[in-house]
Amino acid sequence: MAQKTYAGKTVDVNEEGYFTDPSQWTKEIAVEIAKEEGIVLTDQHFAIIEFLRKKFLAGETLSIRSINHSGVLDVKTFYQLFPGAPLKKATKIGGIPKPVSCI
Amino acid sequence: MKQLLILGAGTGGTIMANKMRKKLSSDEWSITILDKSKTHYYQPGFLFIPFGYYTRKNITKPVRNFIKGKIDLINNEVEKISPDENKVLLKDGTSLSYDILIIATGTQISPQDTPGLKGELWQKKVFDFYTIEGSEALATFFKNWKGGNLVINIADNPIKCPVAPLEFSFFADEFFTKKGIREKVTINYVTPLSGAFTKPKASKLLGSLLEKKNINLIPDFFLGEVDNSNCKIIDFGGREVLFDCLVTIPLHTGDPAVAKSGLGDEFGFVKIDKNTLQSVIKENVFAIGDAGNTPASKAGSVAHFQADTLEKNIVSYIEKKPLSASFDGHSNCFIETGYEKGILIDFNYTTEPLPGTFPLPVIGPMFLLKESRLNHYGKLFFKWIYWNILLPGRFLPISDKMSMSGKKIDRN
Repeated sequence: MAQKTYAGKTVDVNEEGYFTDPSQWTKEIAVEIAKEEGIVLTDQHFAIIEFLRKKFLAGETLSIRSINHSGVLDVKTFYQLFPGAPLKKATKIGGIPKPVSCI
Repeated sequence: MKQLLILGAGTGGTIMANKMRKKLSSDEWSITILDKSKTHYYQPGFLFIPFGYYTRKNITKPVRNFIKGKIDLINNEVEKISPDENKVLLKDGTSLSYDILIIATGTQISPQDTPGLKGELWQKKVFDFYTIEGSEALATFFKNWKGGNLVINIADNPIKCPVAPLEFSFFADEFFTKKGIREKVTINYVTPLSGAFTKPKASKLLGSLLEKKNINLIPDFFLGEVDNSNCKIIDFGGREVLFDCLVTIPLHTGDPAVAKSGLGDEFGFVKIDKNTLQSVIKENVFAIGDAGNTPASKAGSVAHFQADTLEKNIVSYIEKKPLSASFDGHSNCFIETGYEKGILIDFNYTTEPLPGTFPLPVIGPMFLLKESRLNHYGKLFFKWIYWNILLPGRFLPISDKMSMSGKKIDRN
């Protein structure tokens, strides 16, 4: 298993850079990962990251369409906040595994 | 007399009604099954209709044919479930009480949830093949189509039968080749996934088949809207794909009654334990097949395998014992690849589709994760098995649990 250091803390990540232990995540770490992705985090970013983390930790499946039901923002805004591949970027920055479709 | 009520007489509901009737004494338990339709559709057959391989009459039978003996069949529609009162309210204002409820209301397409999808081009240039009406309209359209840009697009997951859109693409390649206009038809497979399929090994094999058949793969595309005036689909990030014919697999939702009842997730799928299939909200409620939110394929084989688990767990529940039977996510799909060939895949929650033979090691006779003629005939023969063995709840010598027997594990 690979390790990376963010904000002075060493965390466990997989070969694609996704956290393998979501409990190692902090907001300070998120800011540094976001920097690597070229994103400056705002309160809106953190709100959707919290939503995704909560859903993941409850064992629920993460999907783009569930964003519209988040009560935080809609999918279009989600794309603006994390351009290109929002779910992949947001989960990476949010310290949770990359969502895999379960079919 | 106690009441077992089953909502939905599709694959899962019908199998459960027949299984439970054999299991529960008719002196103690009455079984009622309800469906709004009087017709049972062999849903895997929808895929074959656009290409003229089947017509409606090849894939329909009366629901009544499969509900026999001491089972009450009601032709009506559910308005709302009241889990706190153990009651189901019907559209005509009457209600049914239950001691145990099995929700088997399946999933349905929801094109109205994507802006422009059910617009002016609906069933003119935009078609689905997940309903009988859609697949028939597409059959008529394909008969006279002179070619152009064919786009097959999955709006987002989960969808019913996740391999069907791939099979559709393979069939389209064969169909237009045989029609002599393949060079005039560009086939584009536009998917929210990062590849042809979700699981790595199957994705690689299916991806190479797309390439071989000259089908363009456009990945990571989440459908945002359909522009009817310019004939294009646009994703949430602004990417556009032009079409002359759009074959859409729209967003899927559960039954609206589930959403209203408080038993479902945000898409109306019943929240159940992925192993016991019991509602996580109300203990005398269970769900089977597409109606549930288990992270398994929404496919008939899953409903069939789940039925064995559910049968045991409902008996345990009645006897006030722990629900010890556990569904492992087993799914088994024949994938039509065109030209009378097919691939068979077999997997569960934790094991991806692997190569090998099925159901027996070495002798098979089916090959896993490999094209063969026998897999194609297996799929065609499955229709007979479905009507005659599966729905009546008869024994089929395929284990409900996924087996590693015959599978080859790549150590690299």
